[in-house]
Amino acid sequence: MVDVSKQDQTFLKISELWKSFGNFVALQDISLEVNEGEFVCFLGPSGCGKTTLLRAIAGLDVQSRGEIEQGSKDISSLPPAERDYGIVFQSYALFPNLSINKNIAYGLENAGQSKAEINARVEELLSLVGLPDQGKKYPAQLSGGQQQRIALARAIATEPGLLLLDEPLSALDAKVRVSLRHQIKELQRKLGVTTIMVTHDQEEALSMADRIVVMNQGVIEQIGTPIEIYRDPKTLFVADFIGEMNQIFATVSSHNTISFGSKLLECIPHGFETNAQVIATIRPEDIIPQGENEQTSAATNISENSLEVAIHDMEFLGSYWRAELTSVDNGDATLNANFSMNAVRRMNLEIGKSLRIEIPADRLKVFSRNELVH
Amino acid sequence: MMSTSSRVQLPAGKNVAVKLGRDDWAMRGFIALIAIYLIIALAFPLYAMLSKAFSTFHVDLSQYEFQVSDESGNFNTESITAQALNENTKIYEEADLSTGSGGRLSVTKFFPDFSFRSPVMYKVRGVDTNAVFLVGSERHTGPDWLELDSNTFRRVVLRPVASTGLGNFSHYFETPALVRSIKNSLWISAISTLITVSLAFGFAYALSRSCMRFKGVFRLIAMAPILVPSLLPGIALIYLFGNQGMLKAMMMGESIYGPYGIIAGSVFFTFPHAMLIITTALAISDARLYEASESLGASSWKTFWTVTIPGARYGLISAAFVVFNLVITDFGLPKVIGGQFNMLAVDIYKQVIGQQNFEMGAVVSVVLLIPAMFAFSIDRLVQRKQVALLSSRSVVYQPKKNSRFDKVCFAYCLVIAIFIVGILAVCQFAALIKFWPYDLSLSLVNYSFDLMDGGGWGAYQNSIKLALLTAFFGTIVVFVGAYMVEKTQGFKTGRSLFQFLAMLPMAIPGMVLGLAYIFFFNNPSNPFNFIYGTMTILVLCTVTHFYTVSHLTAVTALKQMDDEFESVSSSLKKPFYKLFYRVSVPVCMPAILDISIYLFVNAMTTVSAVVFLYSSGTSLASIAVLNMDDAGDVAPAAAMGMMIFYTNVAARLVHAIVSKGLLKRTQVWRAR
Ligand SMILES: Nc1ncnc2c1ncn2[C@@H]1O[C@H](COP(=O)(O)OP(=O)(O)OP(=O)(O)O)[C@@H](O)[C@H]1O
Ligand SMILES: [Mg+2]
Repeated sequence: MVDVSKQDQTFLKISELWKSFGNFVALQDISLEVNEGEFVCFLGPSGCGKTTLLRAIAGLDVQSRGEIEQGSKDISSLPPAERDYGIVFQSYALFPNLSINKNIAYGLENAGQSKAEINARVEELLSLVGLPDQGKKYPAQLSGGQQQRIALARAIATEPGLLLLDEPLSALDAKVRVSLRHQIKELQRKLGVTTIMVTHDQEEALSMADRIVVMNQGVIEQIGTPIEIYRDPKTLFVADFIGEMNQIFATVSSHNTISFGSKLLECIPHGFETNAQVIATIRPEDIIPQGENEQTSAATNISENSLEVAIHDMEFLGSYWRAELTSVDNGDATLNANFSMNAVRRMNLEIGKSLRIEIPADRLKVFSRNELVH
Repeated sequence: MMSTSSRVQLPAGKNVAVKLGRDDWAMRGFIALIAIYLIIALAFPLYAMLSKAFSTFHVDLSQYEFQVSDESGNFNTESITAQALNENTKIYEEADLSTGSGGRLSVTKFFPDFSFRSPVMYKVRGVDTNAVFLVGSERHTGPDWLELDSNTFRRVVLRPVASTGLGNFSHYFETPALVRSIKNSLWISAISTLITVSLAFGFAYALSRSCMRFKGVFRLIAMAPILVPSLLPGIALIYLFGNQGMLKAMMMGESIYGPYGIIAGSVFFTFPHAMLIITTALAISDARLYEASESLGASSWKTFWTVTIPGARYGLISAAFVVFNLVITDFGLPKVIGGQFNMLAVDIYKQVIGQQNFEMGAVVSVVLLIPAMFAFSIDRLVQRKQVALLSSRSVVYQPKKNSRFDKVCFAYCLVIAIFIVGILAVCQFAALIKFWPYDLSLSLVNYSFDLMDGGGWGAYQNSIKLALLTAFFGTIVVFVGAYMVEKTQGFKTGRSLFQFLAMLPMAIPGMVLGLAYIFFFNNPSNPFNFIYGTMTILVLCTVTHFYTVSHLTAVTALKQMDDEFESVSSSLKKPFYKLFYRVSVPVCMPAILDISIYLFVNAMTTVSAVVFLYSSGTSLASIAVLNMDDAGDVAPAAAMGMMIFYTNVAARLVHAIVSKGLLKRTQVWRAR
């Protein structure tokens, strides 16, 4: 079980870490703290340096500048064998000529344990990852998902203080991926082992991580809990990369309003000067069709923060409708909104129809146009 | 956005220095050890050979002075330099003055009225200490006059001074008999290449594009020449077309001794090499292109020229340069069947063994190195391109039945198979005939090797010993070296130096390597001098000679292993050697066995490198074939050659059985 007293204690501390490959700087000024027992995900697009950072922590590709402390011990320049971690790769890297039992026992051998103790531990690990009775097989005889779990069992066999996972699920098909996601998370909670997982799948990161480190082109964009990252992105990149985000060109009117075409909209307070050209963002699910909340809207005078739009296109996505809206106030702007099935039915929404949508002020966030990603 | 981030610079300061773990040190140690092996077994000897080729020896007459007395022993005349004396008498030409390291110039010829009985006295001195002369075997230098009576004076000889330069090369190029060999070697190799590659292409094409029967048998027969020394086809050709040949009439007055014999024999022994390369090239060409071509209604002739040939082009080029290299560097075949026709590799042998002119041997070696290096580099370049091609291809071509085409293919392969089997059969036949062509009864008398020159059965035993030792130690050195260089982190400079050294042997002709070993190891001041003339130097030389192909085999196998094994193992705190013997070696076992059989077979058949290095106690079967043939015992030579063949066949069988057994035992984990 997780030792509650140890939580919130920094276990891994990375300070001002840089890494270059020749002239190319792959990591810039990375500083990061991971708490004891925490599950942290490195999330970012391909090539942003996630693996590089993980390999620096493992000592497999040592950083060019900066320090890494683990358990308040400076491990910056230690070779991998003198660090304390278990690692699972995307390729699993199971030894093909050794049976599953031998693979798991590999790290336990010659460490002062008797044969019987080792066998017992292997059994225990096999049932822990949900694969008892598979020990006599060889890796090639298991499915990808099973191999991944064996790789995990091998990595935690020696009870390392830190578990490193580099895209452990990306080679698996979607169904297996989702179920393994839960298994890994559960196992991690049970063992309380500090874990860092690299992924470029935001769903994976949002569902598994205690905290997410969003990376882009060698720098950390934001560190936060999944909710923080999703609800309160600090940069346009994060806003755009995590979940879906409408982006609309707008001009600043005051410290908490923007003008959008002829409309003035209230937004989250910001630091931009009046008349600054900005990008306003709002998530599709935060857009509320007016009329749905007839009672509340009357009470809170929403006409201040609403837009007149026409439904350009609609698509049924199972649990909700995705609507493509064009603004009447500002002809060329389009917005995506998610409408619940109830709302669509009640309000009789369909393609070509006009309606008024509410833009909640505390969901409308502005960013500088310099941050524009696309 | 990319460009902004790539312009970012690291903050000032030093890179984080990695503390090297025990494993890192151990692995680097191994790399260094094997690199040192390659430096001693390859780089130093080559250097010794090159410096030999560029050291010249010249007697500088202006550096010696003489004085002559009258009959009563009084020196009344001025001293005179040897140069002035030579200008008067014109005794020595310039060529006489440029000698080898052992050159000695007699001085009495400068004095036309010299008589060793005369009472005249002579004085001689060098201008400085560089000028050396001998009285008998006693060495003198320096500007002090040495007074000698006539009888002693006739024992005075002048010694040359060593310097570095191109003298040997200009001498070489002024000797028409030697220069002719360059032309000979080049055109013989070119023609052999053309014939071999064409024949091998046809053979490979039939194997991969037809549905004829007995493909496996044909493939096996085509590989047979690899199992015999290159000079064996020469012996068979002599039996067939030589002065007393069974089919001499077919030569229509032409002689087999010379270009015809060399080319025919070269085609025989290089055929398997070309066939293997071209088969691989054809195997990777994409079936989709054939389908596309057929669906466009192209004739098969057009498909052949627009799809097959371009698809196999790298294979063809690579095969051509490999064959060219094999022919131009081969020594055994032209030695046996070349007659008066000189080639570069034979020249080296003749200069060194026949005339003891080591400098000239070194010069010919350098000349031979040039085309060999060239062919080697082209081949490497092309191979790399082919590998790139390989990874992007996918669909394997499945030939369709076409009875006419299949019949033509079968007939073609049959002719080639008959040629190959025929050559071997003739050798075996020759070995069993008592005394060709006078007594055609069968007997085993030709197997009484102990009665002939060449080393007897002892030589055969030595060969087996050499082959086993080479296979054993060579495989260990090669595989460990390849493992370390593939799996070590960092240490870039060291690793690329190692890669370079590992590729080098392929570019060095065997004759050149052997000669280089003489220069390096036969030097009394070399601490390794003691291995000269022993089995050790033969093993060393053979491992080095065949290092590159073995190394590449090992590297290919290692590259197929997941790079993360090492990372996982070290994260589990296991030393590298544990992973090495628990995982790397078992997984690579097929490649390891391939390396050892390759080394074994080549150690059995090699002639060129070891011909300079064997001693009376370490003669080898392949050398015995050469020497017995040289001494006129052609039938015993054929018998010994066939012994090598059967030994290699047996070795390959053992290899096949062991590999199969191993695969069976391990097929559980190779299931997919
Ligand atoms: N050994 C190397 N030599 C040179 N450049 C490298 C090396 N390893 C990584 N890079 C570069 O560093 C950058 C970051 O690579 P990294 O593997 O960390 O990306 P990643 O975030 O893990 O991407 P992915 O999601 O594709 O795995 C990339 O641009 C990559 O090309
Ligand atoms: Mg990665």
